[in-house]
Amino acid sequence: MPIKVENLVHIYMRDTVFQHLALDDISFTIEDGEFIGLIGHTGSGKSTLIQHLNGLIKPTSGKIFVDDFDINSKEIPLKIIRQKVGLVFQYPEHQLFEESVYKDVAFGPRNLKLSEEEVEKRVKASLDLVGLNYDEVKDKSPFDLSGGQKRRVAIAGVLAMKPKVLILDEPTAGLDPRGRDEILGEIKELHKKEKITTILVSHSMEDIAKLVDKILVMNKGKIQFFDIPQKVFKEVETLERIGLGVPQVSYLIRELRKKGFAIEDCISVEEAKTAIINVIRGKKDA
Amino acid sequence: MLKDITIGQYIPGDTPVHNLDPRVKIIITFAFIAALFFIDKFFGYLFVIGFMAMSISLSKIPVKILFKGLKPLIAIILLTVALNIFMTEGEVIYTIWKLKITKEGLIQAGFMGLRLIFLITGASLLTLTTSPISLTDGIEKLLNPLKKVGVPAHELAMMMTIALRFIPTLLEETDKIMKAQMARGADFETGNIISRAKAMVPLLVPLFISAFRRADELALAMEARCYRGGENRTRMKQLIIEFRDYMALTITIVFFSAILWSRYLVK
Repeated sequence: MPIKVENLVHIYMRDTVFQHLALDDISFTIEDGEFIGLIGHTGSGKSTLIQHLNGLIKPTSGKIFVDDFDINSKEIPLKIIRQKVGLVFQYPEHQLFEESVYKDVAFGPRNLKLSEEEVEKRVKASLDLVGLNYDEVKDKSPFDLSGGQKRRVAIAGVLAMKPKVLILDEPTAGLDPRGRDEILGEIKELHKKEKITTILVSHSMEDIAKLVDKILVMNKGKIQFFDIPQKVFKEVETLERIGLGVPQVSYLIRELRKKGFAIEDCISVEEAKTAIINVIRGKKDA
Repeated sequence: MLKDITIGQYIPGDTPVHNLDPRVKIIITFAFIAALFFIDKFFGYLFVIGFMAMSISLSKIPVKILFKGLKPLIAIILLTVALNIFMTEGEVIYTIWKLKITKEGLIQAGFMGLRLIFLITGASLLTLTTSPISLTDGIEKLLNPLKKVGVPAHELAMMMTIALRFIPTLLEETDKIMKAQMARGADFETGNIISRAKAMVPLLVPLFISAFRRADELALAMEARCYRGGENRTRMKQLIIEFRDYMALTITIVFFSAILWSRYLVK
């Protein structure tokens, strides 16, 4: 289900002294099953953009189509859009409220008025997807879990809605490196298994470089780049100017190239390792 | 809905009203409120209107904003007016079904309605023109003499400052949690009263948890910086009563006397 955004503009606090242009004439298309990394500096409009995609914020002007439906037209109930487009906010564990993990994850499906068997099935499946043991956690209070587990429960709560598009706003914020890798790994698995369109918001290039198909870079409410990681990472100067970096490995490759090594573009340490080894071996052979 | 709440909001400015000493402003506001309760003839409100008009025009606060503060309280005002119209005994003018409207009731209702409206706008003018920090400074100074009888003036002022400081934070938090639950299909807008009250649970529980967490963190941060209350603390900005404060007090005394005159000396 493609997402199409046309000339989207959003102005906060319009016609007051606090007026602020958050999104400035944005257009793009995301195809079915794509994994997109949305990256930008604080205040670049990332959060505003993703909240538009499931109708939490109305555009000042412009249109958004999900599955060819204009999501802001009156004929389509927002509930349907919100079921199709699942949004995991920053620090999602702050929204937990039920007395048991089961009930909290079931909140979404129950709002969809599903049968109790279907709810149970979904809770089981989504806790499974985020790597939690259903029998172990279902009766626990979500407040007794560790930080990483809480976050997983919160993500499971959105997955239980069975969204066709999953948007995650900085899902790794405030986690330790291990928790971060685990969550990112699970998101990747999820994308592979369920084939849902995924949008991952982050301000760490490192995190998203090896996961995503395409990167959408935002700057001051506009789209700076929207391309595959290899191409985006070539624009080191522009990225640094707008307060973003490229993965460390890209710097290494760039330096090596300057020294005259013929290395192709790489985005992960593993790729770089093979590339460098190839170059060295190639030299020896020659 | 949340954006309509203007209570406690401050609009910065550099006008004679903004620059008054907060203690003086608090005293004037209390005198004004007391004066409202002394009025017993309609023409007494002429003084009130004059006093308010002068204060508002000096403060350059748009009247629109002032009246917006009345919006959330309209229900209370209307209820008061209605109760007074129907519940006051006296000379009956008109009867609807079993409800009698009396002449005394209408007069009483008019008084109460005007009193409430001026009460709220007067108090809002104080908070609109005084930053929360200087407001609590003023309260602390005014309560200082009561320290001798054991009133914890500094602590009270500190609590107020913190409470005011957290209003915007909690509003933001509410907005965020609301959106997160709406993304999971929660519905805060439709349904009858019971289902709406139930819909508040997923909002209120996380909100309380986060409020407690923030309180904890703040307490810890204050402890870590050795905060020990008001003893021997000095201020960066000392409050000084100036000429304009005496002027304002004089005007208030004239106003108050006029109200007393209208009540006791005019037949």
